[in-house]
Amino acid sequence: MSSDIWVLAEYAGGRPRKITYELLGKASTLAQEAGGQVVALALGSGIADAAQDLAAHGAEVVRVADDPLLAQYTTDAYAAVIEPVLSVEEPFLLMIGSTAMGRDLAPRLAARLGAGIVTDCAAVEVADGAVVATRPVMTRKAIARVAFRGDGIRIAVVLPNIFAPPRPDPSRAAEVLPISVTLDPAAIRTQVLEVKAIARETLPLTEADIIVSGGRGLRGPEHFALLKELAQALGAAVGSSRPPVDSGWVPHDYEIGQTGKTVNPQLYIACGISGAPQHLAGMSGSRTIVAINKDPQAPIFSIASYGVVGDLFVVVPLLAEEVRRLRGASHG
Amino acid sequence: MDVAVCVKHVPDTEAAIRIRADGHGIDESGLPFVMNYYDEHGVEEALRIKERLGGTVTLLTAGPVRAALALRSGLAMGADAAVHVEDPALEGADHLGVAKALAAAISAQHYDLILCGKLATDDNAAIVGPALAEFLGLPQATAVTKLELGDGAATVHREVEGAIEVLRVALPAVITVERSINEPRYPSLPGIMKAKRTPLTTKTLGDLGLPPGEVGMAAARVEVLDLSPPPQRRAGRILQGEPPEMVKELVRLLHEEAKVL
Amino acid sequence: MEFELSEEHRLVQRTVRDWATARLLPLAAEMDRSSRYPPELIRELGDLGLMGVFIPEEYGGGGMDTISYCIIMEEIARAEAAISAVLSVNNSLVCYPIFAFGDDRQKRHYLPDLARGRRIGCYCLTEPTAGSDAGSLAATARDAGDHWVLNGTKIFVTNGVEANVLIVYARTEADPGSRGISALIAEKGDPGLSVGKVEHKLGIRASSTCEIVLDECRIPKDRLLGQRGKGFHVALATLDGGRIGIAAQALGIARAAMEDATAYAKERRQFGRPIAAFQATQWKIADMATRIQAGRLLAYRAAWLRDQGRRHTREASMAKLFASETAMWAATQAVQIFGGYGYIQEYPVERHFRDAKITEIYEGTSEVQRMVIARQIMGAS
Repeated sequence: MSSDIWVLAEYAGGRPRKITYELLGKASTLAQEAGGQVVALALGSGIADAAQDLAAHGAEVVRVADDPLLAQYTTDAYAAVIEPVLSVEEPFLLMIGSTAMGRDLAPRLAARLGAGIVTDCAAVEVADGAVVATRPVMTRKAIARVAFRGDGIRIAVVLPNIFAPPRPDPSRAAEVLPISVTLDPAAIRTQVLEVKAIARETLPLTEADIIVSGGRGLRGPEHFALLKELAQALGAAVGSSRPPVDSGWVPHDYEIGQTGKTVNPQLYIACGISGAPQHLAGMSGSRTIVAINKDPQAPIFSIASYGVVGDLFVVVPLLAEEVRRLRGASHG
Repeated sequence: MDVAVCVKHVPDTEAAIRIRADGHGIDESGLPFVMNYYDEHGVEEALRIKERLGGTVTLLTAGPVRAALALRSGLAMGADAAVHVEDPALEGADHLGVAKALAAAISAQHYDLILCGKLATDDNAAIVGPALAEFLGLPQATAVTKLELGDGAATVHREVEGAIEVLRVALPAVITVERSINEPRYPSLPGIMKAKRTPLTTKTLGDLGLPPGEVGMAAARVEVLDLSPPPQRRAGRILQGEPPEMVKELVRLLHEEAKVL
Repeated sequence: MEFELSEEHRLVQRTVRDWATARLLPLAAEMDRSSRYPPELIRELGDLGLMGVFIPEEYGGGGMDTISYCIIMEEIARAEAAISAVLSVNNSLVCYPIFAFGDDRQKRHYLPDLARGRRIGCYCLTEPTAGSDAGSLAATARDAGDHWVLNGTKIFVTNGVEANVLIVYARTEADPGSRGISALIAEKGDPGLSVGKVEHKLGIRASSTCEIVLDECRIPKDRLLGQRGKGFHVALATLDGGRIGIAAQALGIARAAMEDATAYAKERRQFGRPIAAFQATQWKIADMATRIQAGRLLAYRAAWLRDQGRRHTREASMAKLFASETAMWAATQAVQIFGGYGYIQEYPVERHFRDAKITEIYEGTSEVQRMVIARQIMGAS
């Protein structure tokens, strides 16, 4: 068993997802505690020069598996490549981002390896050779501390937007260790037929630092344009509570809440959202919450850091303007 | 098609949770338990497949005595049979242990498809589905929002970050479902009466040929140390004044105090 | 003595509560405002088996007990009272008498469709000059050899507009008073049967209430329900079960009033705190909760006796009397808690106040219930 902290790098459109950098940053801290190195594990096709970018964000060793059969994620291919490497190297801890891929792969790997696995980690600590993770449970009504037991492989699937990505240092270099890939195509039992991008002008919600979200108070699909304008000024993603999705104003991809996504951005601006428990379950972990609603009794105000009681059709454009002014000023 | 659906009995998400004074677990007295709503979508999908293609729907759960109620509500929706894996040795098992027990129960018969909810709302772990697929040696697809069957394979839609992935999965397979896949039916009264009369099959770990040491607490690779209430959000501030004043103040606070802008 | 609901009862409760909250509650205000009967919801109720709760499964019913019926009526009424009136009539006043007094052919012919909500039933007893004194009804059914000919006017018929199966009480014998009455089954489409005046009501506005006019209405001979001259017996046996259902309906309305008032009291702030902090409000809520619980126990006991096959006339009347007066009182208190907003149609409590009132009147007024109870205790005078 080594003392190394491994991070599974995940790629989208040829670039690592933001969570990969977040995990590399955290891995650096944990590696110091554990007394080992930060190892990045990268799978894909045509990613030979991935090592440089991962090294710049803290990887000391980069293990690369580069093969056409890895171009698209499939459970069978990725598990078949990763499992033997982990079995041999026995990292102290493997961190995987809680993405669609991570949530599909990590439990499969854990079952194959007999590993300890904790998902939805909001914190990971190493102390005295032990690893303890913290995670929300019971629709965020409680926080659980979970410890890994035994000396085998540990897998932590970590929530996005928890750890800060490190400042890249292009002068850093990493040792690159290629992984030889001998995959039998017949053994890959799923096939990606198509990936249909959801037309979206902004970032996916789970990767955004700032989210502007709209509810029933927007009164109609056309008014989401107001939120998009504010989102543009902020560099934010646009989301919604359940009623606009149910009414067909925005696709299900926008929904935040018990029947949609759970997000934890730095800043969440809720516009015309009353704050029903089913919505709060999806965003109450946000660091700072701003609520804009004309009803002073709306439950959202009880969890908002800052509340603006007013007509969102007046407030939101003013806010966009003020943000632009602030940003313009700071650029001199 | 013979479909197996794994279900879990969990606290009603609408209910208030009381953490025990020693931090070990929650106080279950008076707490309403229901079938995990993600699993309701799994049962519904299985019932729709049965309505279209014929076959059977079998429910399985691995849990304490009360978990039989989750099986009853699934039977009341229209499932044909139910298996309850119940053994004191499963107390303190981790998700891999539970998946092993379910895999052993599922292996007793041939199924063309195994469905689960993508996660259970008590712990949101989302581990059992893929682990089950691994222990059964089957392909998997997770968080599926649409499922079509044909030619010994399933074509599924999954939401990945900012896109919909269309995936073909060879059958038999384990598929975990998202809530948007369907609208579950309400159990009818005749369904409830029929469910009452349908015998449940109960299996212990011994019946499944599983040594307790392999799936129970001793084998668990993780352990919940304690539970605590979520951090209280500090009482927020309601801004005063006309919209232009409030907006100026808000931006100032976000920049200087919260430091998020 | 077992005071807990069984596992099966709890599953019924949760199922009906979930359905009512998701499907019925969001439409309640609009249905009341526009007096709109919702055929789509009635169909769903039929699919769930709620239109023939205690009809055995062999006839397409739910095969459940009276306690299940109470649970169902309370959960439906909590969401919306008019639909629970539709349910009550179909279940207690139409399905039950056909099941208890019908011959095999009648049961097979009518029950499956009624139990599944594919046909709707109504109950024609009251007349312009025969209300509480139902035994004095004047409608006649003349024996014309191979058919009956019905004449008369029935009023206050719930479901009368939508119903296709009608239980009609009419005089077939020369005997005066209640002894001359028989129960018969009429159907929409029988010649000489028509819907008369449709009433506009104070409450339960989404259910229809109308006049049924019988003018030389010819129905086949095999439509007699039970024995000639024993119609009043059918009516009374029917009302025993019906009253338990109305008690449960009243409890649902009372609970709606209490829950809405409690939620409002926690939010509404005056004098620097939520009004829920004031003792005057707390005592109102405490009294509501206590009376609802008491009403429920009366209703469940009557239901239990009925399921045991034991006499339950007194208990059913007590449950209906107490629960309906509780509903009216609780709804009044709820309006008071809401203050000015309680008078405004945008808030639900004024509807509970209007809906509650009928429970003190139909299926035997509170005065009649007291008469029945006293007679049971003291004997006839």
